[in-house]
Amino acid sequence: MDTQDPSRRPTSGEGAGAKTADVYVEFNGVHKTYDGVTPIVRDLHLTVREGEFLTLLGPSGSGKTTCLMMLAGFEAPSAGAIRIDGRAVDAVPPRKRNIGMVFQNYALFPHMTVGANLAFPLQVRGLDRAAVAERVHRALRLVRLEGFEDRHPNQLSGGQQQRVAIARALVFEPRLVLMDEPLGALDRRLREEMQFEIRRIQRTLGVTVVYVTHDQQEAMAMSDRVAVFNAGRIEQVDSPEVLYEEPRRPFVASFIGDNNLLRGRVAAVDGDTCDVRVGDVVINAFMVTRHEVGDDVVLAVRPERTGLVSEAGTYTNEFVLRVEDMAFLGDHLRVLTNIGGHGFVVKIPNIVGHGGVLAGEGVHIGWATLDCRAMRPPEDESSD
Amino acid sequence: MNAAASVSAPAAVAKRPKRPRGSRLRAAALALPLVAFIVVTFIAPLGTMLVRSVHAPVVADAMSETVALLGDWDGGSLPAEAVFATAARELLKAREDRVIGQVATRVNRVQAGLRSAVTRTARRLRGLQPESWRAAMIETHAAWGEVDTWRALLLAGERYTGRNYLHALDLKRDAAGDIVAQPSEQRIYMALLARTLAVSLAITLLCLLLGYPVAYFIAHAPPGRANWLLLLVLVPFWTSLLVRTTSWIVLLQSQGVVNDLLVLIGLVNDDERLALIYNLNGTLVAMTHVLLPFMVLPLYSVMRTIPATHMSAAASLGAGFGKAFWRVYWPQTLPGVGAGSLLVFILSIGYYITPALVGGRTGQLISNMIAFHMQQSLNWGLAAALGGILLACVVALYLVYDRLVGVERMKLG
Ligand SMILES: Nc1ncnc2c1ncn2[C@@H]1O[C@H](COP(=O)(O)OP(=O)(O)OP(=O)(O)O)[C@@H](O)[C@H]1O
Ligand SMILES: [Mg+2]
Repeated sequence: MDTQDPSRRPTSGEGAGAKTADVYVEFNGVHKTYDGVTPIVRDLHLTVREGEFLTLLGPSGSGKTTCLMMLAGFEAPSAGAIRIDGRAVDAVPPRKRNIGMVFQNYALFPHMTVGANLAFPLQVRGLDRAAVAERVHRALRLVRLEGFEDRHPNQLSGGQQQRVAIARALVFEPRLVLMDEPLGALDRRLREEMQFEIRRIQRTLGVTVVYVTHDQQEAMAMSDRVAVFNAGRIEQVDSPEVLYEEPRRPFVASFIGDNNLLRGRVAAVDGDTCDVRVGDVVINAFMVTRHEVGDDVVLAVRPERTGLVSEAGTYTNEFVLRVEDMAFLGDHLRVLTNIGGHGFVVKIPNIVGHGGVLAGEGVHIGWATLDCRAMRPPEDESSD
Repeated sequence: MNAAASVSAPAAVAKRPKRPRGSRLRAAALALPLVAFIVVTFIAPLGTMLVRSVHAPVVADAMSETVALLGDWDGGSLPAEAVFATAARELLKAREDRVIGQVATRVNRVQAGLRSAVTRTARRLRGLQPESWRAAMIETHAAWGEVDTWRALLLAGERYTGRNYLHALDLKRDAAGDIVAQPSEQRIYMALLARTLAVSLAITLLCLLLGYPVAYFIAHAPPGRANWLLLLVLVPFWTSLLVRTTSWIVLLQSQGVVNDLLVLIGLVNDDERLALIYNLNGTLVAMTHVLLPFMVLPLYSVMRTIPATHMSAAASLGAGFGKAFWRVYWPQTLPGVGAGSLLVFILSIGYYITPALVGGRTGQLISNMIAFHMQQSLNWGLAAALGGILLACVVALYLVYDRLVGVERMKLG
């Protein structure tokens, strides 16, 4: 496992700017500010591989749309360069980039039928009538909307409009498709259905997709890799599994799934592990980045990686914690405790043994060193 | 997923529960003042005007018996003595009733030159008991010896008449009662109507040309700035029409700012300053200015609803600005274009003050002619007929628009 201090470029898993053959899109040191003062995107390094489904995930206002707009050509980077297929695209206007785009509100043209919407990019490219009809038909079949040519967008349900928008972004066979929260307006059930649908289409065509969402479950469900955005920066780019299992930043740890974050100070170092003092207790943790004694760190412990201690010595970290509150949630108990002055949530599966957990009483909890990750606190990052 | 199944019409709109009768009545009562106001100030005058354009009771009342007798007249030779006697009696009566002036005016409108025949005869015949009324009348005025005079009297005596409309359309009835065109030197109304329609069309196009980019700019400006710009568009609404029109006089008159500038930069000689106002040009410029907001506002309200992403989407699909505009943006603004154009066109074909102030002779429109007949010639029947024709034009236009675009698609704001 990689434990060295990561460079300023949090694009783990690949050398930023690496000229591997399958790199299709490359952000190289891209900055963006709209007013010349407030940075919206800072020092962005990111590569997207050919045929990859990459998701930009982050809270509202973290600069995801801005990145997409720069890629599409609607915004220009304030500094740095974007390359598509090895060519710098600064001087290429959006209409020449040949990028399919799905907008959050679909941006279907309401005065045109579905067929005319799909035909538009083909007619603009000067295809003849027969070729246009053929491709429109093919695109509609791809999104399973055959026979909808003559409908107007306002005669379609939200999900169908979404499919039309996707078909329109694909009909001219771009190699890169950008989607900005395309499922944001749909209800939950439809959203899940469309997630599979989009993924199926992307696999079928082998097209490269850059997808934006602030829904982490959606990102996890669809992506080959996820780039986690925070305040204009990428915190980590990795596959969903790695992001979940091996977060490298407190922000990623808290954004992807549940995590207890505890602030503490390194008291002793031993190889990849260290002892961290949190309030009045000492916790043994795995070091994601190298730390010295005296460093401030943040510990991340997932609630479901903790367990009831039935036999002392099962875990490297074992504590008796006071139960402050608890909730029965069917398949598990959610127990709020306190450790070293920090709130600490524990998830206890609904199997034998949880009957002994009572509010106000102590509960014996433990977790392994590898399930407790010590990371650099976020302040270190914003100091530059 | 079965796509086709999930398309089915949106869940049937739930029927609105019937409101109790009392509250419906109350709601209707709330609208009553407005309804009353519209009836009194709009529908009633409109109705009166339309009635007046075909209803001419003065002669029919004052000379009812004569007119009735003339009804049996063959029209070829002079009427019988009895007709003369009745006419003389009724003329005298009209003089006593002090309506002889009105009668004379009406008859004179049917045939020019008969005013004095009527008034003088009524004056001279007083106190006479002649053997033959025919001889006496012809003696007081030779016109009574002509068949045309009696025909004119008969026509003037029609209580309901299409005469005003014929007149407004530059037509008249000839001696045989057939509808023929007026002599060419008297054909003024159709030409004026044509000019009015042409000027209105020109103003509408000018407003569209000037207003469209303005509306586009405002609709897609950041909200704060958009409010300010909208305010600027509305300022003309808050300025008195007279002030605005007078400003144009200051700017455009031959000693005005524009001419001064042109002379200053040497484009125009001092002794051949351009005639920019008191002609058709003045009407065009000033009316375009006055009516511009009526174009900008409907356009703005339609454009505001068009998401900016449509143009971005068109660009991402490979369309340049021109293609994106004509195929994506322009079609979506058509309801606003239609509403604005209809509004401006209808307002301009009835416009009166501005052409009166800055139109000179060549910039007069049909409404100025209507005003002339209302105020100067006092031929209200003709004024009403001209107004009726104007109204017909507007209604026709509206129907054509409805047929072509559909009124329900119109967005007024
Ligand atoms: N055209 C613009 N002019 C000025 N500031 C902008 C503009 N567009 C975006 N911003 C600002 O840039 C920041 C990032 O915006 P962006 O739209 O990229 O966020 P996002 O990550 O897509 O958020 P969301 O999930 O809400 O869509 C925001 O603070 C936003 O206010
Ligand atoms: Mg966004």
